[in-house]
Formats: sequence, structure tokens, C-alpha cells
Amino acid sequence: MNADATGSLPPAGGMPPPSSAPPKSVGFFRRVWKRLRRDRYAMTGLVVIGSMFLISYFAPVIANNKPIVMRWEDRLIFPAVAELFPIRYLVQYPEIANLDFDIVKHDRSAALAVPPIRYSPIATSLDDRLQKPSRRHWLGTDELGRDVVARMVHGAGISLKVGLVATGISLVIGLLLGALAGYYGGITDVLLSRVIEVVTCFPFTFLILAVIAFLPPSIYYIMIVIGITRWTDLARYARGEFMRLKAREFAEAARALGASDAKIIVRHILPNSMAPVLVTATFGVANAILIEAALSFLGLGTQPPTPSWGGILASAREQDFAWWLTTFPGLAIFVTVTAYNLLGEGLRDASDPRVTFAAKR
Amino acid sequence: MLHYTLRRLLYLVPTLLGITIVTFLIVNLAPGDPVELIHLGQMDARISPESYQQMLRLYGLDDPIHVRYATWLKRLATLDFGNSFLDHRPVIDKIMERLPNTVFLNVTSLLIAFVLSVPLGLYAALHQHSKVDKMSGTALYVLYSLPEFWVALLLIMLFGVELKWLPFHGMESLDARELGFAGYWWDRFLHTILPTVCLTYGSLAYLSRFARGSSLEVVRQDYIRTARAKGLDEASIVYRHVFRNTMIPMVTLLGLFLPTLISGSVIVESIFSWPGVGDLFFTSVRARDYPVVMGLSFITAVMVLLSTLVADLLYAWADPRVTYR
Repeated sequence: MNADATGSLPPAGGMPPPSSAPPKSVGFFRRVWKRLRRDRYAMTGLVVIGSMFLISYFAPVIANNKPIVMRWEDRLIFPAVAELFPIRYLVQYPEIANLDFDIVKHDRSAALAVPPIRYSPIATSLDDRLQKPSRRHWLGTDELGRDVVARMVHGAGISLKVGLVATGISLVIGLLLGALAGYYGGITDVLLSRVIEVVTCFPFTFLILAVIAFLPPSIYYIMIVIGITRWTDLARYARGEFMRLKAREFAEAARALGASDAKIIVRHILPNSMAPVLVTATFGVANAILIEAALSFLGLGTQPPTPSWGGILASAREQDFAWWLTTFPGLAIFVTVTAYNLLGEGLRDASDPRVTFAAKR
Repeated sequence: MLHYTLRRLLYLVPTLLGITIVTFLIVNLAPGDPVELIHLGQMDARISPESYQQMLRLYGLDDPIHVRYATWLKRLATLDFGNSFLDHRPVIDKIMERLPNTVFLNVTSLLIAFVLSVPLGLYAALHQHSKVDKMSGTALYVLYSLPEFWVALLLIMLFGVELKWLPFHGMESLDARELGFAGYWWDRFLHTILPTVCLTYGSLAYLSRFARGSSLEVVRQDYIRTARAKGLDEASIVYRHVFRNTMIPMVTLLGLFLPTLISGSVIVESIFSWPGVGDLFFTSVRARDYPVVMGLSFITAVMVLLSTLVADLLYAWADPRVTYR
């Protein structure tokens, strides 16, 4: 199981014949990955998540009213590319700040290459209010004439970011408390278990809404609040793993060698308890994405005009349940959440040693 | 068993104390004092100087925080949650008049989910790897991942707005009282359908998957093989052995389900304007009605705590091994 405990001992001087040498142990992640690759569902989930990240990163060149390449006073400039993440801090075009791109993008002599979706997620157009899906607007427009595809493409980033950051925060809190409770046991465990129990007692919408209501509206607060309220599952799994593993030989060996508690926890037990924690964290990401969408839907999450999937659904409710506003953003949330759930289940199967030899269909 | 029960009851005390601390801190760590915040907010015009003083006194806002906590705790012991900022009615009254509506919705939904999921899970487990098992597995998986608020929107769009079959606002129509006895209850029944569906499908999916997993464990046990070996017919094996032993973890799951149900209630009730505590919580949060938010958080947390306790004790009673962990 553990490469540290078994593999780092120097071979006793020439004693073991080469044939009886233990096979080189394969790392935990490589083993999981090998099994995960055979799981069709998990791989589908991974591909979907990967594409979502690509879409959200390249959103400025996928959906934008600014051209990717345009001619400006006898040179070529790249207004849409200049909005991509590191580039936007390096390249700026102050000379085109006041340009009306909704006119420029139709000018074939200036706009040499335009994004596939030629609308900005925030530019309103009152002539195009509440358009049904058409060739111009693939998924229609909202109540301010904004293109729904453009808003969904740019909204993907919020969902993914909230999922990762919130889960990162809950991972830190959950692991820390779970590790301490499981490793030390006794009175520490009793006390920390009460803390976990207290937080579990509050239904999560109650806790999150109560805290959100008293904070200024900001996506960063949403991430933090989801993170500091949704760590109890992680803490419980980590606690169980640490309890189980601290009694194992490798932990005992480390203790006998005089390793400090901190070193045993971080170097020896933590890597071995990653499997269930990672699985729970993957489900946690799905959950955080759902919560952010629900909060934005209820008007307490991402604030307009910043595009978010839950926000589009909220506007659908106000616009007499226009079907294109109701269907597509919800579908995006559902697909992303399912992708994370599939990946989580795949990881669980792949990292659980008990299913190693079981026939997997 | 007695030892276990006593230990669990003893643990109740620190947890309860923790709940009061969290409830208290949520409101008191917020920037600005609650009363002042209300004045800055949209409620400005409705707050009189007298009620400002009354609220200052209610929370003892000029005292240091531990003194404030102690005073608040004393009031809590007599179930005095103060008065709502919005209409100055006692918080406990506001909660109590809405609680039955939420309980009704959740009990209905839980009953439906339970009655459907147990046979579904049992059947899937007994016919593992069959077509029905695989198809229901996929369908339930999809159901489980569907966001509640999206399903609610889709249902409203389809059955409420397009087809105009079902109402989707509140518990009864405005003119419900004039419809006569049968008409009145039919109206209320129609209003219950959509919220119930939204609350149910998630737990149905979860419970079915759980029932399937739990029956699969049971089917593998030696006593099932013994039952077959002694020549019991399939029906009695399924009912007397598999079903009953599947039910043990299912029943205890009920207690653990409460927080999830209440969480769902907040979203579903606010979408359908269902006059329950979930909707009350949401409107109070938006209006920053602190006494209601605190009171409701506290009461719900205590309810969850007690139901978890009952679930654990039930489990220990049904499965004596738990006691000696």
C-alpha cells in the first residue's frame, strides 16, 4: 500500500536473490488513473469537465462582439485575444476603447476574424429583446436583448471557479479537523465531533442564506461561505480514515523511528487517506456548483450584469418562463453537475481496493 | 443500550450549546449592529424610534458580547425569540402558523418517496444486472442529479404556463373558499402536486438507490441461503427476510433525511410561494428580519439534532452491535 513504509528500506547486503525482490510498487495515482481510464462513464465526465474549463478559459474569443483580428490604422490588432487571462495584463489597446464594436464587427474590411458567437455577454440591445432561438441567436436572447449563448459561455467560468474554490476551502477545513479528531482520538475527538455535529444540524440552505444575507453581494463571499459551511462530510471521512490508518504498521513504524505527530499525519497518513477524501471532494464540487446556481437563481448569488447560469434561470422566471431561457442554462448546470458526479463515482470505484479483483461488467 | 442512550443524551448538551453559539454568532458577527443595518436598509420607514429602543434592549446591544449571549440564552430557554422586525409579531407565532404547511408537504413527499422506492430498490436488487435494474439505475441517476429549481421551472413552464393544467402559486386559489367543500379540497390538491413532485423525485432517487444497495447486502447473507435451503418459497424469503432486513437502515435514514428535506423546502417553497417555514426563512433573509432568521435557524437545528438522535437510537435498538462499537 505505502511506498514510503515498504520501499525506502535499503536492501540487506546482497541477501535476497533478485528473483524474490518485490515488484516495483506503482504509485497510487497511476493505479487509480489506469483503472479510471477503463471506466467509460467517468471518462465522459472528465471530458465534459475538461471542455467546460476550455470553454470558460477561451470565452473571450468564443463569444465576443470584438473581433479576434482587426485592421486598425494599417496594423493588425487582436481585441478579443487581449481579454484572455494573462494577456489582458500585458496587452491593452487604449486607442480602441471608445470604438463601437457592434458596428465594427460587420465591417469586413476592418474585422478580419470574428468569434463564432459575435455577441458580448453584457451588451444589451433593446431591439432584440426576448428573441426565440434563431440563426442569429442560437439559443435566443434575454429580456435585455443579450445573447443567451454568449452569457452561458461566459457564465461557465463562475460555476467552475465557485466549485473549485469552495471545495478547496472545505477540503482544508475538513481535512484539518478530521485529521486531528481521528489521529488524536479521546477528548479531542469528542470535542471536534461535536463541532462537526453542530454544523451538520443546520440545513445547508439555512446556514448559507443566513450568512450570505448579512454580507455584501460578491461572488468571493459565495465561494467562502459555501466552503466554510460544506466541510462536514469531508471531515467525517477524513476522521474515519485517520482512525483506521493510525493503527497500521507503517504509522507505528514511523512513530517507533521517532517521527513527530505532524510528520506522521502529513507524510504518512495523509497520502494514504486521499482516496475517500478525493472522492468526497469531487462530489463536493458538484454540490458547490449546484448551490451557487441555486443562490444566483434566488437572486443572492452572482449579481447582474455578470453572467451566470443560475442568473439566466432567474430571468426566465420573470419573463413568463420563456422556454429557451428556462431550458438551456438548466441543462448546462445539469450536465456539469452530472459530469462531476460521474467522475466522483468512477474515482470511488477506481480507488477502492475491494473492487480491484471484482469483475467490472 | 442504556449506557449508549445515556452517552448520546450527554453529548446532546454540548451540541445544543454549540447550536446556540452558531445561531448567535451568525447575526452578531455581521457588519454593523442589526438594528442599525435595518435602518440603513429598505425597512427604514417602517421602524419607529420606540421599536429601535425596544430592539436595542431585546439584544442588549450596548453590552459586551458574552453578556449579550447570556441574556439571549436566558430568553431562549423560555422560547422567547423576540418579535419580527417586519410586523412586530412574536417570532414563535409566525413560525408555528407556517410549520404545519411545511410538515404537510414534507411528510407527503417522504411517504410517496418511501412507498415507491422500497419496492423499486428491492426489485432491482433481486433482479441485479437485468434490463429493468440497469434502466431504472440510469433513470434514477439522472433524477438524482437534476437541480430542484430547474425541475420546478420546467414543470411550471410546461404544466402551469403552456398547458395551464396545474396552479403553481401558493396553497389555494384566491377564490378557493367559494368553490364549495369538494371544490375547495380539489383546488388544494391541485396546488400540492407540483411542489410535492419537486420535493419528492430527489429523495425517491436517493432512497431507491439506497434500498437497492441495502437489499443487495441482505441477499448475500447466509440466512437467506439458509432460508432457500430449507425450501421457503420466494415470496416469504423476499417479504420475511429480505424486506424486513432492508427496512432497518431505511428507517434510520429517515432521521438523517430531515436537513436535506428542509434545505429543499427553502428553494421549492420560495419558488411556489408555498406558505411554509422555508418560504418564511427566505423572505426573512431578504428583509434582514434577524429575529425570525435566528429563531428559525435555532428551531430547525434542534429539530435536526433530535431526529438524528432518534435515528441513532433506533438503529442501536434494531442492531445491537452498534452499542458496543
